[in-house]
Amino acid sequence: MTEAGYNFAYLDEATKRMIRRAILKAVAIPGHQIPFGAREMPLPYGWGTGGIQVTASILGPNDVLKVIDQGADDTTNAVSIRRFFTRVAGIATTEVTGEASIIQTRHRIPEKPLTENQILVYQVPQPEPLFRLEPHRAETRRLHALADYGLMHVRLYEDIARLGHIAKAYDYPVMVNERYLMSPSPIPAFDNPKMHQMAALQLFGAGREKRIYAVPPYTPVRSLDFEDHPFRPIRAPHACAICGSTTSYLDELVTDDAGGRAFICSDTDYCQERQQAPKAAAE
Amino acid sequence: MNILLRTEGLAKTFTLHLQGGTCIPVLGRVDLAVSAGECVALSGPSGAGKSTLMRCLYGNYGAGAGRILLAHRGAELDLASADPRAVIEARRESIGYVSQFLRVIPRVSTRDIVAEPMVARGMAREDALSRASALLDRLNLPERLHGLPPATFSGGEQQRVNLARGFGPRSPVLLLDEPTASLDAGNRAIVIGLIHEAKQAGTAIVGIFHDAEVREAVADRVFTVEPMQDAA
Amino acid sequence: MTLLLEAKGLDLKFGAIAALDDVALDVTAGEVVAIVGESGSGKTTLLRVLAGQMAPDAGAVHYLGRDVLGMTEAERRRLMRMDWGFVHQNPRDGLRMGVSAGGNVGERLMALGARHYGNIRDEAKAWLQRVEIDAGRIDDLPRHFSGGMQQRLQIARTLVTRPKLVFMDEPTGGLDVSVQARLLDLIRALVRELGLSVLIVTHDIAAARLLADRILVMRRGQVVEQGLTDRVLDDPQHPYTQLLVSSVLAA
Repeated sequence: MTEAGYNFAYLDEATKRMIRRAILKAVAIPGHQIPFGAREMPLPYGWGTGGIQVTASILGPNDVLKVIDQGADDTTNAVSIRRFFTRVAGIATTEVTGEASIIQTRHRIPEKPLTENQILVYQVPQPEPLFRLEPHRAETRRLHALADYGLMHVRLYEDIARLGHIAKAYDYPVMVNERYLMSPSPIPAFDNPKMHQMAALQLFGAGREKRIYAVPPYTPVRSLDFEDHPFRPIRAPHACAICGSTTSYLDELVTDDAGGRAFICSDTDYCQERQQAPKAAAE
Repeated sequence: MNILLRTEGLAKTFTLHLQGGTCIPVLGRVDLAVSAGECVALSGPSGAGKSTLMRCLYGNYGAGAGRILLAHRGAELDLASADPRAVIEARRESIGYVSQFLRVIPRVSTRDIVAEPMVARGMAREDALSRASALLDRLNLPERLHGLPPATFSGGEQQRVNLARGFGPRSPVLLLDEPTASLDAGNRAIVIGLIHEAKQAGTAIVGIFHDAEVREAVADRVFTVEPMQDAA
Repeated sequence: MTLLLEAKGLDLKFGAIAALDDVALDVTAGEVVAIVGESGSGKTTLLRVLAGQMAPDAGAVHYLGRDVLGMTEAERRRLMRMDWGFVHQNPRDGLRMGVSAGGNVGERLMALGARHYGNIRDEAKAWLQRVEIDAGRIDDLPRHFSGGMQQRLQIARTLVTRPKLVFMDEPTGGLDVSVQARLLDLIRALVRELGLSVLIVTHDIAAARLLADRILVMRRGQVVEQGLTDRVLDDPQHPYTQLLVSSVLAA
């Protein structure tokens, strides 16, 4: 049952059409930021208003939606957004990565490889990768137009000069299709390689900044680096305390007042699947 | 006779716009010719325009009328009408000038200042530096000074630096403006030697020599610059 | 003699004031040309028009035969990155104050595609030494540098990619006299070593004499006199040039 008085998926059809047009443009020019007329949504900026508008515009009645926040399905943000779409669109939701047709995410890419039948929607706080490097918006647009990205390398150079390595652990800049410099949203650099040649369509929505951009399926996505300081995805050198994974991205938890720590998978669905897999095999 | 530098009807008048446009004619119809291996001494009373003529010959002052023809790259170049770039090229290759005062370049060592025009003429840097040292030695400039910028040198020392710089590149035409003014007898003799050698090598020289002894020792003939009547 | 830059018939009016009035100019390879004149005479405007940063009302500017004013923004920027350099009067306009000295020098290299950190750093160190900045300060921010050092850093940042033509706008303005001499001498040495062509705007007659082969005197948007530097300064013909030269205290 959907909530009475709302159009399917909250946004009116004209708005959805406008957003879909922006999405089509974004898909046509991979990595290029397309402005769109972001609407006021019934939740505050920073809670994924951009991602929600993208999701609302592509959602159909038969879609199965999964929402994750930092990899987890059960955090406040994820739960609220899932409940929102259940109420305004009446669609099915899931926590299982493989079952979802649309996955809206904040700050992670699921560990399980996505397929051509899936769409990954990123919530983006700051779409401009040159933000903080070049204060003038008009100038950043010009730099994109001319593919003049020396400035981004200056930033990486500065990291190596100061710290001996590139310090960006998340929102690590990428080149899309060897043309546009793109912010991958604040996902860990660990997830960057998953964007490269991904089978699923990747859509990015920034509500406050009113920008949409996209990476179509099977598009090259390269993390910027130097020849002698190559990009290296970093993960904590531990195994998951629950499922024992040594390849997944881990969250560090403080477990008691004595400063005890544990590392567990940030992708809760992945962790659960691994916990059940040995039992399933045993049964 | 191989003429390397000559003037035809060279005239020069200064117009002082800041003094209500006062005109001061300094040179009127100067016809001078200097051949290879010849040294011509300019004479005339003080203020007759000897230095002005020298500066015109080097292209430092523009000519009011007439031509200044310099043998350059197998032809005659009129310095009075030549493009500035051609004048620069001619100064690099065909004509040198030893002024009374050294224009000091901050922080550049004496040896480099002397070597510079030789390098500009195409001499290898090491060769230019060693010739610079040799010339400075010959002019009795103590070796400890070679590496210092000449800004703090005495007048006589600076003049010797200027002479070394002027004789260094072996320009086919050389202009000498009071080259021995602040030198003692010993160094004057050395400069006379340098001038003789340059003449031997075929250099055409025009000079202003206040010192009669020097003039007699080097000049083949005297060219008198007549003072102009004041037009005012 | 390769003609690098050629401008003809440049006109530009700001309201009723002619900033450029039928200005023509050319620069050949390896030549240093100074534009002198008092503040407001149109020098800086001319520099900006020649560098394609400002459009004139009329006239043409060609660089190696290419029409600078008709270029797309992309072409002009590529030229600015590869062939040209611009040294601003205020180093803050030419430097990234929040980026280390090494990053400032390296930026142009990276913009041209350099992707080897070690090589970029070596090149940056070599250039710092070349402009007489201790290589040990490579990771310091320019805001901790003196004015003279900042200006030298800006020069290193500009010359690191070996541009053919460098525009300089009052490079010694705002510096102490003692620092000016050192900077001028450094510029002079680099220009010779690298065989640069330079178009320098200055109101400092001594700087023009030291650096320039040729000089243009501007007044109220017009070139009133031009020629060989020492001839224009020692035997000035135009009343304004005579005034300008006579206003300089002999050093």
